[in-house]
Amino acid sequence: MNIFQDTGKYTLLMKRVLVAPDRWRMFFRQLPKELEKLGLQSLPIVVIISIFIGAIMTIQTKLNTENPMLPTYSTGLVTRDTLLLEFSSTILCLILAGKIGSNIASEIGTMRITEQIDALEIMGVNSANYLILPKIVAFVFMMPFLVIFSMTIGLVGGYLVGVFSDIITTADYLLGIQYAFIPYYVFYSLVKSLVFAFIISSVAAYYGYYAYGGALDVGKASTNAVVNGSILILFFNLLITNVMLN
Amino acid sequence: MISVKNVDKIFGDNHVLKNISADFEAGKTNMIIGASGSGKTVLMKSIIGLHRINNGRIEYDGRNLPDMKMSDIRILRREVGMLFQGSALFDSLSVLENVMYPLEMFSRTSKEEMKDRAITCLKRVDLPEHSYHLAPSEISGGMQKRVAIARAISLQPKYLFCDEPNSGLDPKTSLIIDQLISEITHEFNITTIINSHDMNSVMEIGEHIIFINKGEKAWEGSKEDIFHVENEELNDFVFASELYQKVKKANQ
Repeated sequence: MNIFQDTGKYTLLMKRVLVAPDRWRMFFRQLPKELEKLGLQSLPIVVIISIFIGAIMTIQTKLNTENPMLPTYSTGLVTRDTLLLEFSSTILCLILAGKIGSNIASEIGTMRITEQIDALEIMGVNSANYLILPKIVAFVFMMPFLVIFSMTIGLVGGYLVGVFSDIITTADYLLGIQYAFIPYYVFYSLVKSLVFAFIISSVAAYYGYYAYGGALDVGKASTNAVVNGSILILFFNLLITNVMLN
Repeated sequence: MISVKNVDKIFGDNHVLKNISADFEAGKTNMIIGASGSGKTVLMKSIIGLHRINNGRIEYDGRNLPDMKMSDIRILRREVGMLFQGSALFDSLSVLENVMYPLEMFSRTSKEEMKDRAITCLKRVDLPEHSYHLAPSEISGGMQKRVAIARAISLQPKYLFCDEPNSGLDPKTSLIIDQLISEITHEFNITTIINSHDMNSVMEIGEHIIFINKGEKAWEGSKEDIFHVENEELNDFVFASELYQKVKKANQ
């Protein structure tokens, strides 16, 4: 029953969010702040995670494919395809669902419990549109850049394994990441990331917007935003993969 | 003027407001008083339209709020200022930006004119100039209330709502805020409705008082009448403190 109620409330909220802003000037004032907060401030975590995962994936792939029948470049190839197809879109978005989702839910939730949203409503402002739309637009806009950045840094992480260890040679690795490259995989990954960015920002905003009570309830809203956002990402990952790769 | 006629509000099985009627005149400080849980906040939120009432009429100079479309309610709300219990200032904006916010959303004037108007409002509430560029968290509770009043009057509202304006303030600051609300009400001929359970405020600025008890209007009158009323619930509420019992004796 709750799932239907939540879906209905979420749809009604999005109906209020996805309309032209009352004042474009205010929207464009908010947008750069959100681009910086949701996009640029996510870069450090994207860099750290991508470089380590890229390196670890290269080592594990090499250790699990110690077979003379397999070509030496296969490690680079597997690392590249795993990064492109799954890590830099889905896994990265699951991680960002934690960072961005909790950030959005707690910010809007705190505004709700401190009556700042009521203040906006009483002024005659469409508070849902004013608060949520810049966040969704900013995050959906920034996500493809974060994904491409993650792919690049992940591949650099794998390359560094070749440079600093004797697990794989850099020449084999570089050959592997160029071999049988399918550009469609990048497109598929970017499409997924756009959908996931919308899910993360809108679901978190939904839980924050309807938070009530005190600080504890803002914490609950934040947790719900991360958990349900992550579940939806996994569900849509399956759906999009089925449609685009089958 | 705001007229409330036969208003009922029900939450599930809980009948919170029962057939409440009252007129709130312009240029007067109208007060809704009552114990915690009596329904006064629900009444105020219903008047503003944050709660949809189950029955009755809420007329803003003849315009019935429950009959209005959302777009019309938004337009009406531009004539409304509200002072929240916790001030509800926007954390991400400075003091000056908070006061400029309604102007930037709804007025078509230049940025300089908006800034001038915001500064006029801040000066009207006696806020020191050095605090204009501070964040709301960097100023005291009393100053936050002043900023909230300045924001509420920036668009020259016809209706002003104050929810527990003295909550969390010391007696001296409370008095200053009360006087400020009263002065602004008379100066701009605003229909002001104040929600309070602070008897000092009631005695200081209450010109028209409505007492809510268990969701019903139990009494209506002026602060002068309050000492001569034979209403048990009202007397229990008003003269709960020893001080007011002495004041009552002195008045009788």
